[in-house]
Amino acid sequence: MPKGYVAINVERCKGCGFCVEFCPTHVLAMSSAFNSKGYHPPHVVNPEKCTGCDLCGMYCPDFAIYGWKAPESKNGAKSDAAR
Amino acid sequence: MTSQARDPAELGPRPEAEVPAESCDYQPENPVEQFLRTDRMPHIWCPGCGIGTTVNSFARALLEAKLDLDRVAVVSGIGCTGRVAGYVRLDSFHTTHGRAIPFATGLKLANPNLTVVVYSGDGDLFAIGGNHIIHAARRNLDLKVICVNNFVYGMTGGQLAPTTPVGALTTTTPYGCYEPAFNLPALMDAAGAVYVARWTSFHVRQLTRAMVDIFRKKGFCFIEVLTPCPSLFQRKNRMGEGLDAMKYYKEKSKVRHGAPTSEVGLTIDGDIIVGKFVDRERPEFLDLLRSQLAAQLGDRYVEVEHLVCS
Repeated sequence: MPKGYVAINVERCKGCGFCVEFCPTHVLAMSSAFNSKGYHPPHVVNPEKCTGCDLCGMYCPDFAIYGWKAPESKNGAKSDAAR
Repeated sequence: MTSQARDPAELGPRPEAEVPAESCDYQPENPVEQFLRTDRMPHIWCPGCGIGTTVNSFARALLEAKLDLDRVAVVSGIGCTGRVAGYVRLDSFHTTHGRAIPFATGLKLANPNLTVVVYSGDGDLFAIGGNHIIHAARRNLDLKVICVNNFVYGMTGGQLAPTTPVGALTTTTPYGCYEPAFNLPALMDAAGAVYVARWTSFHVRQLTRAMVDIFRKKGFCFIEVLTPCPSLFQRKNRMGEGLDAMKYYKEKSKVRHGAPTSEVGLTIDGDIIVGKFVDRERPEFLDLLRSQLAAQLGDRYVEVEHLVCS
């Protein structure tokens, strides 16, 4: 059970790669797919490693990605154990 | 998502985000989204430009400082960074070139309850607006100045700016820049700013904390943020993409809080001294104005707030 999740708005992405480079747990990688403007957006390759720290969201200059921590109430026991 | 409403009066619907299949039901909104005019997205900044990263820090600092957003005003000048005023969903004003500080001064004096943030670039604030910023700092007017320094004039095609380091190639210095550059923290320190810091777009958390600090501090506060300019500065100087600049900032930045500002000048390939250099107290302009007029006029002086409809 991952501790966090990321959401990617691929159409806003300009493929700068900041999120891939600075993700502390290497959750992301650049994909080979194109968005409608011809940029390569990132995609999630290691979802189980995500901690939801939102550092990708802090770095993204295009406001195209962000992370959040898994809620505590829904899966309380697992989240607590993970912490 | 593909067709963006351009009518500024009508804020378009929030774009839907793609969620990985493994995701849970709970999904909050992007924390920066509520501060953006989403109908204007995607923005005009180049791929790898760091200005958007500073806006992320700004949005999170606004959240953390718990400011009343109806009392925050963003004033920008002309330039790439000047576009920030058009992209943030706050009361904002995109002024003429170099005149962000004079407009912000008027705004603050007319309504002292506002938190006035001046968000502009190095060319706008220190070249054409250089005289205004030193006098605002001298008066210690309560303005929060965030200066995004990308070392060139980006929007007009990469000309020499007052911050371009010696030796750098720009479109107007094809044989290398030979003019000494401004050391912005030293200039602001000498002019009388009460808070002077420098961070880069790599230091997102530190930059957020610095912005929270200046929202809580009274007086003229100044933050210089170094950002990549991949299309003009880096390309001309063969410094790679925006990501290469970010890695360079990571490698070359040395945090030295309280460093003498005379020692923090930038060179084209030297270390980048970052940190909070100045944090001091000086009487603020409006306080001085009130106490002087109250002393001279006595009962005839009416507090400014009583005249302002908030």
